[in-house]
Amino acid sequence: MKTYQLEILSNIQVSERYWHMTLNSENIEEPIVPGQFFNIKCGEDELPFLRRPFSIYRINQEEKTIEFLYLVKGAGTVNLTKFKADDQLDVLGPLGIGFRLEEDWDSILLLARGVGIATLAALAQEAAAKNVKCVAILSARSNNDLLAAETLQGFGATVIKVTEEEGTSGVENVQRLVEELIVEHGVKAAFTCGSMRLSRLLQKITFKENIPAQIALEEHMGCAMGVCYACVCNIRESHGIKSVRVCIEGPVFDLEKVVLT
Amino acid sequence: MMDNLSLDIQIGSLHLKNPVMPASGAFGFEMESILDFNELGALVPKSITKYPRGGNDTPRVCEVTGGMINSIGIQSKGLPYYLEHIIPQYQKYDVPLIASISADSIEEFTEMSEIIGANPAVSAIELNISCPNLEGNGKAFGMDGDLSFELIQKVKSVTDQPLIAKLTPNVTSIQEIALACEEAGADGLNVANTILGMAIDIHTRKPKIGNVMGGISGPAIKPIIVRLIHQVRNVTTLPIIGCGGIMNSDDAIEMILAGASSVQIGTANFINPLTMIEVLEGIKEYMRRYEISDINNLVGKVNLPSSTSTLY
Ligand SMILES: Cc1cc2nc3c(=O)[nH]c(=O)nc-3n(C[C@H](O)[C@H](O)[C@H](O)COP(=O)(O)OP(=O)(O)OC[C@H]3O[C@@H](n4cnc5c(N)ncnc54)[C@H](O)[C@@H]3O)c2cc1C
Ligand SMILES: Cc1cc2nc3c(=O)[nH]c(=O)nc-3n(C[C@H](O)[C@H](O)[C@H](O)COP(=O)(O)O)c2cc1C
Repeated sequence: MKTYQLEILSNIQVSERYWHMTLNSENIEEPIVPGQFFNIKCGEDELPFLRRPFSIYRINQEEKTIEFLYLVKGAGTVNLTKFKADDQLDVLGPLGIGFRLEEDWDSILLLARGVGIATLAALAQEAAAKNVKCVAILSARSNNDLLAAETLQGFGATVIKVTEEEGTSGVENVQRLVEELIVEHGVKAAFTCGSMRLSRLLQKITFKENIPAQIALEEHMGCAMGVCYACVCNIRESHGIKSVRVCIEGPVFDLEKVVLT
Repeated sequence: MMDNLSLDIQIGSLHLKNPVMPASGAFGFEMESILDFNELGALVPKSITKYPRGGNDTPRVCEVTGGMINSIGIQSKGLPYYLEHIIPQYQKYDVPLIASISADSIEEFTEMSEIIGANPAVSAIELNISCPNLEGNGKAFGMDGDLSFELIQKVKSVTDQPLIAKLTPNVTSIQEIALACEEAGADGLNVANTILGMAIDIHTRKPKIGNVMGGISGPAIKPIIVRLIHQVRNVTTLPIIGCGGIMNSDDAIEMILAGASSVQIGTANFINPLTMIEVLEGIKEYMRRYEISDINNLVGKVNLPSSTSTLY
């Protein structure tokens, strides 16, 4: 973890609400793994004041670039859209503990909603590189928000889209899909990000099916370095409930241990 | 001639090689890979409580214009863990360690100070008599002169460590509290902790902080802190640590001119983890520029108009 001034290679709007940014990452010596994130300064002169956390969307080892996919939400992300190619971006990272892909997991399932898709895309990329079969259920309000589906398909993942627009994103339908896909694809591990509702669902299913699962959590952060104890969540341990910091002990946790609220 | 800058300062028997240190709760060992701790004047870990504490509900932070509000609730692993794990982590650094203590009662402050004060790795104690997040509608010891006096006097009787009282800005007269602390035997005053605040999300109509209220930090509070330092300086000669809203060396120098001999930096570390190093460099730059060889010659050197009213 360090602060870097990275050159922006591109920063473009990819749909109504989403933007995509590519940075030159040749100065970053540390390894970057899927599930990790950067805390990004979204403007000059402390406007907005705090940095904003964003997961790594794609890691391109050969080209020495990293990519982010972000939803335009408030002051920080609105400001981020103003950066142009050749500008410098102040990033702190790589931060946190990423996803764990074990040797014998030859088939994985991803369940993502909204911006959670950005977080799981990097994992689909790694799965492809390791010849791990990957099936992804992507949930969003509308098809318009699901452009990342193509990225995942590009990595060879089987993608199933569910949306409010088409009335397919209800919990019952997703439950049926997950259960079917687990059997059909011989899923060895599951991963989720972006929705409490879907995380609870996946927690229930993977517990019942005895499949290991991981979740990438989001929480409001202060320092993102582990010192301020702002972004905490509760983890179930053998001896009781333990409070952990999402930024440094996560953001990825074993799904079965997380106390979902 | 200006190559020999003296940045040394003294807080009671505590000697600092330079006046820049972190603010408790906004600094930690996790920053080791970013920052050379040996460059700092002192190290100040997060306030410790006697018993483990879980802390407050999330969200624990929110952004406000020019700063943030926090209500962490002093999440802590308790005193035994602190003595066994936290303090030793800092021992490899050749920099004084100032232990910050938080407690719910005077007895607990005294008991903890005695134990922590006896630890040879500790060079001073900062008494967080101001934390606005503990129960009691935000009320703290530092809001009451008599309680502050009693607290510091009791702690003074059980330890020889230099004592720094961290004052709260959430008072009618900080001068009254500062004087009470001085009379009780404090060696230094930290001015100040966070300013109690609140923010509401107008769409959900919910407070933006899980604990409803919290402490404002960051540049938004700096002018208030500069004023408080000035006021405290007017009534006591105790060394003052300026704390609140420092983002760069100009801010730190402003506090020194107002009367602080050292500074603590908190929230700025979250934006730029190298702030403390840059502030130190900037102070040196300023001293060279204005040919000031000893930092102590800058303390309180604000040029006030000759007819300043003392009514504030
Ligand atoms: C580990 C992690 C990874 C993330 N990855 C991505 C990503 O890849 N793409 C993406 O679009 N978004 C991601 N997010 C969410 C993103 O950080 C927020 O959408 C962003 O901070 C909103 O800032 P804003 O100023 O636009 O919105 P505002 O709502 O104005 O933000 C106000 C404050 O709330 C905080 N905040 C608001 N929403 C969130 C949130 N969901 N999580 C944490 N803090 C929040 C902001 O950081 C800021 O301090 C991630 C969050 C975390 C914690
Ligand atoms: C997240 C956070 C946690 C804090 N925790 C403590 C604490 O445990 N003890 C304490 O005395 N002050 C604590 N503070 C207050 C700071 O030490 C400091 O007084 C305050 O933030 C003002 O300085 P700043 O504007 O440079 O941050 C905390 C501040 C922040 C932002």
